[in-house]
Amino acid sequence: MTQHSVIEREVATPGHAIGSRVPRLDAAAKISGAAEFVGDMSVAGMVHGKVLRSNVGHAKIRNIDVSTAETMPGVVAVLSAADLVDIDPYFGHVLRDRPIVAIDEVRFAGEPIAAVAAETEAQAEAALLAIVVEYTDLPVVANLGAALAPDAALVHEGPTREGFAHGLGKLPERDGNVCYRYGFERGDIDGAAGLADIVIDREYEFPAVYQYSMETHTVIARYTGDEIDLWSTCQHPFLVRAEIAALFGLAVDRVRVVVPYLGGGFGSKSYTKMEPIAVALARKARRAVRIVNRVDESMVTTRRHNMKCRMQTFATQEGELLGRRVEFWLDTGAYADNGPRVTATAADAAPGPYRWPSLHVLGHCVYTNTGPAGSYRAFGATHLQWIGESQIDEIARAAEIDPLEFRRRNLLRPGEEVRPGGRPLDADLVGDVEKAAAAIGWGRERISNRGLGVSVGLLAAGAHPVSSASVRMDADGGVTVLVGSTEMGQGARTVMAQIAAEVLSIDPTDVTVPGTDTQFTPYDRSTGASRSTTVAGKAVELAAREVLDALFETALLLFAVGDRRELRADDGRIWLQDRSVVYPELIAKRFGFSGGELRGYGEVKPEVGSGSYAEGPVFWEVCVAGAEVELDRDTGVVRILQTSTIADVGRAINPQLIERQDEGGAMQGLGNALFEEMLYTDDGMLLNDTLLDYRIPTIEDLPEKTTCIIVENGDGPGPFGAKGCGEGAVAALPAAIVNALADAGVPMTELPLTPERVWRQIQETENQE
Amino acid sequence: MQIDTIVNGVRFVGEVEANVLLIDFLRDELGLNGTKQSCEVQVCGSCTVLVDGRTVSSCTFLACELDGSTVETIEGARQSDFYQSAESALVRHAAVQCGFCTPGLVMTLKSIVEDGGSADEAELRRSLSGNLCRCTGYRSILDAAAAIVGGS
Repeated sequence: MTQHSVIEREVATPGHAIGSRVPRLDAAAKISGAAEFVGDMSVAGMVHGKVLRSNVGHAKIRNIDVSTAETMPGVVAVLSAADLVDIDPYFGHVLRDRPIVAIDEVRFAGEPIAAVAAETEAQAEAALLAIVVEYTDLPVVANLGAALAPDAALVHEGPTREGFAHGLGKLPERDGNVCYRYGFERGDIDGAAGLADIVIDREYEFPAVYQYSMETHTVIARYTGDEIDLWSTCQHPFLVRAEIAALFGLAVDRVRVVVPYLGGGFGSKSYTKMEPIAVALARKARRAVRIVNRVDESMVTTRRHNMKCRMQTFATQEGELLGRRVEFWLDTGAYADNGPRVTATAADAAPGPYRWPSLHVLGHCVYTNTGPAGSYRAFGATHLQWIGESQIDEIARAAEIDPLEFRRRNLLRPGEEVRPGGRPLDADLVGDVEKAAAAIGWGRERISNRGLGVSVGLLAAGAHPVSSASVRMDADGGVTVLVGSTEMGQGARTVMAQIAAEVLSIDPTDVTVPGTDTQFTPYDRSTGASRSTTVAGKAVELAAREVLDALFETALLLFAVGDRRELRADDGRIWLQDRSVVYPELIAKRFGFSGGELRGYGEVKPEVGSGSYAEGPVFWEVCVAGAEVELDRDTGVVRILQTSTIADVGRAINPQLIERQDEGGAMQGLGNALFEEMLYTDDGMLLNDTLLDYRIPTIEDLPEKTTCIIVENGDGPGPFGAKGCGEGAVAALPAAIVNALADAGVPMTELPLTPERVWRQIQETENQE
Repeated sequence: MQIDTIVNGVRFVGEVEANVLLIDFLRDELGLNGTKQSCEVQVCGSCTVLVDGRTVSSCTFLACELDGSTVETIEGARQSDFYQSAESALVRHAAVQCGFCTPGLVMTLKSIVEDGGSADEAELRRSLSGNLCRCTGYRSILDAAAAIVGGS
C-alpha cells in the first residue's frame, strides 16, 4: 500500500502566490522535450571537442606527440600543455592546484592530458587515438592508507597556492598529502574520558560516491581574442566567470556565461569543471567548441569524498553526555576542488546538535591519486551524521533509555549555541524528530528482523550570503525576474516567480524567470548549499518591493492622496478603498506614454537582514529522518520498508516542490546507504565507471511508504520567514537506516550496507553471542 | 547504407553510416533534440524512443536498422491524445524536476498505455525500472504513472 506524502502545516500561510502548490512553470517545456539544455544548443561554426585522459594513476609525462593527430581528417586543433605557456594555467577556487591539462605529470587515471577539436565527434575521437603519450610511472597513492603512510609518495610537491573564493580564512601549508586541516575544541575532553562510564570508540568508513546528474558536464566555449562566451552546465556561473577571466587574463565583463536548464546538479556542477579546457581548446581552434562528457568522464571530473573516521563519545551511566572526540580524513583525490570546504562543514556537523561540555574535532583533507572529490548534496553532514547518530543510539541503549527519549533530553533547543561564535540554533529539533519517529510507528511492538531508527543533524547552509536580483514590470504588467539561481530541477525559477508574485499581488504565471546570462543577470554567488530560496529569494523579494514602491508612488498622484498607508495592492491593482487601478494604467500614467517599464533591484549582503545574515551560517538546515528496515539474516539483504523526512523550512513557498526535494534527497540517501560506492584498484583505476556497474536507485527501490512532513515555524532568514531545504534528507536518511539496522541487531561501521558486508557483520555478531 | 524509414510520420529516405547510433541520427541528422542521452549503455532510459511501437534505447540501436521501420520520438508523441493526459498527470503530481529523464519516461509510459498495461503498482514498478531519475525519488513518477495508465 502506497501512502502519499503528508503535509503538516503548523502556521497558516498568508497571501496566495506563496504557500500554494503552484505547478512548475517549466514543466510543460520539460515534458515535451522542448526545454533546451547545453547539449541541445549549437553555435555558428561550432566544432566538437574530445578529451584524452590519463590511463595511469601517477606518472611523469616524458613526451606527448600530437603531430599525427593534427593531420587527421576533420581535425581543427589539438590542445596540450605546450599551448598554455602564455598563461598561468592552474585553477581551483580553494587551492589553485589543478592544471587545465596535465603539465609534466598526471596525478590520477582520467586526468585530461590533451584535447582535440574536430568537425565531428567521431573525427575527434579518432584523432585522440593518434596522440602518443610516453609515461614514466611514479608511485601511486590510491587511498587514504597509502597517502597517509609515513613515507608516502606526494601527490603534489610544490607550495600551496590559494584560490580566489574559498572563505576559509588563512589556509594552512600542505603537510605531506594533507592539503587542509580544520578543527575546534571546547572543555576538557581528557577529563570527560576519565569520568565516563560509557565510552563508545569506533572507526568508520564512508565510500566515494558519484553524484550522477543525468546530464553530464557539457560546455560550449567561444574565444574571440578579447572575449569569451560560455554556455555551460554550471551551478555557479558568476564564480566560473571570475575564474575563467583570471585564467585567460581578461576583465570579468569580457567573459559571458550563459546557463540554460541543467539536467541535475547535486553539487557535481558547482564551481569550475570542464570550462577551462573547453576555452583553451576554443582559443587554439579559433572556433566555438562543444565538449560533452561521457558518464565515465564525469565520474572522474568530480565525486563525493570517501572518508575514514574515528569517533569517541563519553557519557555517564545515566546517559549524561560528557564529551565527543572526532578525527576524520577525507579523500579529496588528486586536486582539492571543494575538499577543504567539505572538511570544514563535516567538522561543523561532527558534534551533532547536542550539549557537549567537551569537544575535540579535527578533520583532514587528503590528496590521493584518484579523481578529484568536491561537492555532493549535504556534503560533510552526510559523512558525519550516520556516525554521530549511531553513537548516540549506542549510548541510549547502554543507559537503557529509549533513543527518542534520549534525544528529547539532550538535543539543543532554539537559541542555544551550535558552534562557538556561530548562529545559534534556529529550529525546533525535538519537535522535528518526534514527528519523524511518530510517522514510522515509533514505540510499537518489536517485530522480528525489523528495526526502527531516527536521526537528527544540522548542516551549515547558505554559503556566503551575496545575491542580487532585478525585477522588471513591462508596460502591460508582465513581470520578468532576473536572478542568478540556476534551475537544475529544484524549481528555483518557479519559487522566484512565486516570491515576486506574492510581493506584487499578481499570478505567478504572469512572471517569467529566464536562465542566467552573466551579461544581464545580476550577481549571485552560487546555486547550492540550499541557499537559493533563502538568499537569492530575499533579493527577489527586495527587488519586487522596489517595483511595488514605484506603483504606489504613481498611485498616490493618481488618487491625489498623500499617505501610502491608505493604499493597498491586491489582484494586480492598487486600491484606494473600493476604487482601483490596474498596473498597466499606472505605468502609462507614470510615463505619459504607451511604453516604459518599472525596475527594482534587490541585494543581500552579510550585514543585511536584521543581523541574521551576519552570523555564520546563514541558517542551520535541519537533517531529520526516520526509517524502518527489514533484514534477511540469511543473505544480509536490507530492505527499506518506510521512511520519514522532515522539511523544516520556516515557511513553505511551494509545498509540492519541497516534498519533491525531500523525496529525491531521501532516495539519494537510500542509494548512498545501501549500494552506491566507487571502487578503485590499488593503482588508482576506477573499476565501476559505467551505470552498468555503478548502481543508483531505480523505481523498484522506492519504499512502500514515504512520508514527508513540512514544518513551518516562520524561523528562517529568507523571504516570508523561509529557509532552505533539499539537502537534509540526504544526510539524515543513511543515519536513520544505520540506526534501524542496529535496532534489528546489526550495528554497522562501514557504508554502503551491501548484503555481503551486512552478512559478515551478522556472522560476527552471532559469534560474539 | 540506404534506409527508408518513417520518423514521427515523416518519411526519411537516405544514406546513413553503418556505425551511426539512432540517438545521433535523431539529434544530429534530424534535429530532434527532445531525446536525451545520458548513460550510453542502455541503463538509464533517458534516450527511449519507440521503434514499431516498442521501446528501444536509442543509445545502443543502429540507425541503419531502421530500414522499413517506424520511429516515434517525444516530438511525435506530443501530437497524440495520450500526451494530453500524460502531461496533465505529470504536472499534477510534480513528477518533473530537472526534466532530463522526462521525455524518455513519457515514451515508456506511452508504450505501456498502448500495450494495454496494468496500473497495478508492482507491474508499473517493473515496467518503469528501466527509466532512471535522480531527482524525484520516484514517488511522484509512480503516482503519475498510475493515473496515466489507470486512465484517471
